[in-house]
Amino acid sequence: MTTTARLQALAVSALILAVFLALWQIGVSGSGPAQEMDPEYAKLMGATATQGKSAMPGPLDVGRTIWGHLRDPFYDKGPNDKGIGIQLAHSVARVGTGYLLAVLVAIPVGFLVGMSPLMSRALDPYIQLLKPVSPLAWMPLALYTIKDSGISAVFVIFICSLWPMLINTAFGVASVRREWLNVARTLEVGPLRRAFTIILPAAAPTILTGMRISIGIAWLVIVAAEMLVGGTGIGYFVWNEWNNLSITNVITSILVIGIVGMILDQLLAQAQRLVTFPE
Amino acid sequence: MEDRLISIEGIAKRYPAAAGGQTTIFEDLWLRVGRGEFVCVIGHSGCGKTTVLNILAGLDAPSAGAVIVDGREISGPSLDRAVIFQGHALLPWKTVLGNVAYAVASRWPKASKAEIEARATRAIATVGLAGAEGKRPAELSGGMKQRVGIARALAIEPKILLMDEPFSALDALTRGTLQEEARRICRETGQTVYMITHDVDEAIYLADKIVLMTNGPGARIAEIVVNPLPADRRQGAIHHDPNYYALRNHLIDFLVSRSKTFRDDPPAGYDPRHPPVVRLDGGVAAPPLPSAAPKLRAVAT
Ligand SMILES: Nc1ncnc2c1ncn2[C@@H]1O[C@H](COP(=O)(O)OP(=O)(O)O)[C@@H](O)[C@H]1O
Ligand SMILES: [Mg+2]
Repeated sequence: MTTTARLQALAVSALILAVFLALWQIGVSGSGPAQEMDPEYAKLMGATATQGKSAMPGPLDVGRTIWGHLRDPFYDKGPNDKGIGIQLAHSVARVGTGYLLAVLVAIPVGFLVGMSPLMSRALDPYIQLLKPVSPLAWMPLALYTIKDSGISAVFVIFICSLWPMLINTAFGVASVRREWLNVARTLEVGPLRRAFTIILPAAAPTILTGMRISIGIAWLVIVAAEMLVGGTGIGYFVWNEWNNLSITNVITSILVIGIVGMILDQLLAQAQRLVTFPE
Repeated sequence: MEDRLISIEGIAKRYPAAAGGQTTIFEDLWLRVGRGEFVCVIGHSGCGKTTVLNILAGLDAPSAGAVIVDGREISGPSLDRAVIFQGHALLPWKTVLGNVAYAVASRWPKASKAEIEARATRAIATVGLAGAEGKRPAELSGGMKQRVGIARALAIEPKILLMDEPFSALDALTRGTLQEEARRICRETGQTVYMITHDVDEAIYLADKIVLMTNGPGARIAEIVVNPLPADRRQGAIHHDPNYYALRNHLIDFLVSRSKTFRDDPPAGYDPRHPPVVRLDGGVAAPPLPSAAPKLRAVAT
């Protein structure tokens, strides 16, 4: 893309944002004070009824909330009032743990499935059966067996990250170019050295694609999982703020969840670029 | 008796056919290659040249027969037999040096890193790529990639170099230069080479012996033509040699007509165990001869 085209796209993006914010502000601004209300009654009803003010916060309210969170993201005032930074850290830690465990399982098993047609055929029915199960369906089973809500959430992340990585690793390993394998064969390279010096680098871009899909799914699932298990995490935070009827905080969370998801995705995209070599 | 390095003994390759029977790509194939010889195989595409080369490399197994290299039957790939693949087959995630060093490290697993790099660097310099060690395959032209392939194969000092149409994807100019260098390197090191080509002039320039394979299925080795051109022939000047046209016509004639008819109508006395060795003698540059007129003479080995 040329620089001008990029600038144009940027300008249009900014315009869309401006129009959206303007419409939002207009949509939530009040319809003027209500007529002749008993002051005591008005006090009881709050601004929503008396000023015709919408219950929906405007962009300025959200901006103020975000600023508040940014100034002090890590405060801790008891179980129901923690900074958004702390909640995010909990979620990221859970996703990180479950995801890394899934990497440790999916890549070796994917290698096995990709290298052995027998194992591929033997494991295929299980993979096909378990892959379409919503990870949240595992939650009751996890809570029952593990008896710890935090670890159960990690388990759910593990399960949902597993499949894309496993399937992509197996596919990447099975489709390594025959030529490269023949190079290894003519050089009498042993199986272990071949796995690490030929198959792994050749399959790395495909494996990373699976890892990128997995981190996306894991970040989607953690919010729902934390809404269920409660306690800590950004998912719990969203649900708690909904119970507090703090729509500004809910909107702030949506933004923050989006930003963190984008960062995770970009990190893996960057890693993918590092292992991809044109021929 | 010549010093035999490779002996192909009655190999066959069959694949299950769609109709339920078997397709015989080739059978009862016999060929001997002497140490230090440069052999080129020509034949129409699909006759099984690559299959024979893969069997020699140990990448494929024959359905019948055996291949003996240096007195021992081969049972798989070996560092003694280096392959230069048609599609260069460089590892794109490794640099030029990395690709060559990978082969060197496989050949001498106990060598130090410095030793491996020194050997790889030397091999890269031999093919004229000094200075490109740090480049990745994607940054190289087709000719340079094939040079790296040659360096990788030569760096492990194989007994036999197997090449499957190594220069066919290159432009004419690059091909000429590479042929010249390949010939120089192989002559300097006394390298035994088994090479497939579909380019008659390439075979005439490079080969000591040209093996003619008939069309498949059921392909055979029709004959082995001894190259009458002098050993000090120069690329681009071979067509000035008095024997050149007789040889070229003979090869073209085979490809155009005899490759089709040979299988069903082999010459009298044809023995697949001993394919006839043909010498095209005549002209002034050839060794002393009883007759000056070009003629065909079939000699059984
Ligand atoms: N796996 C296979 N199954 C069936 N036929 C094959 C297989 N591999 C190669 N062939 C056939 O063997 C023949 C020889 O192939 P190849 O050795 O590549 O020929 P060449 O290198 O002389 O062009 C071809 O006709 C091809 O169709
Ligand atoms: Mg071929």
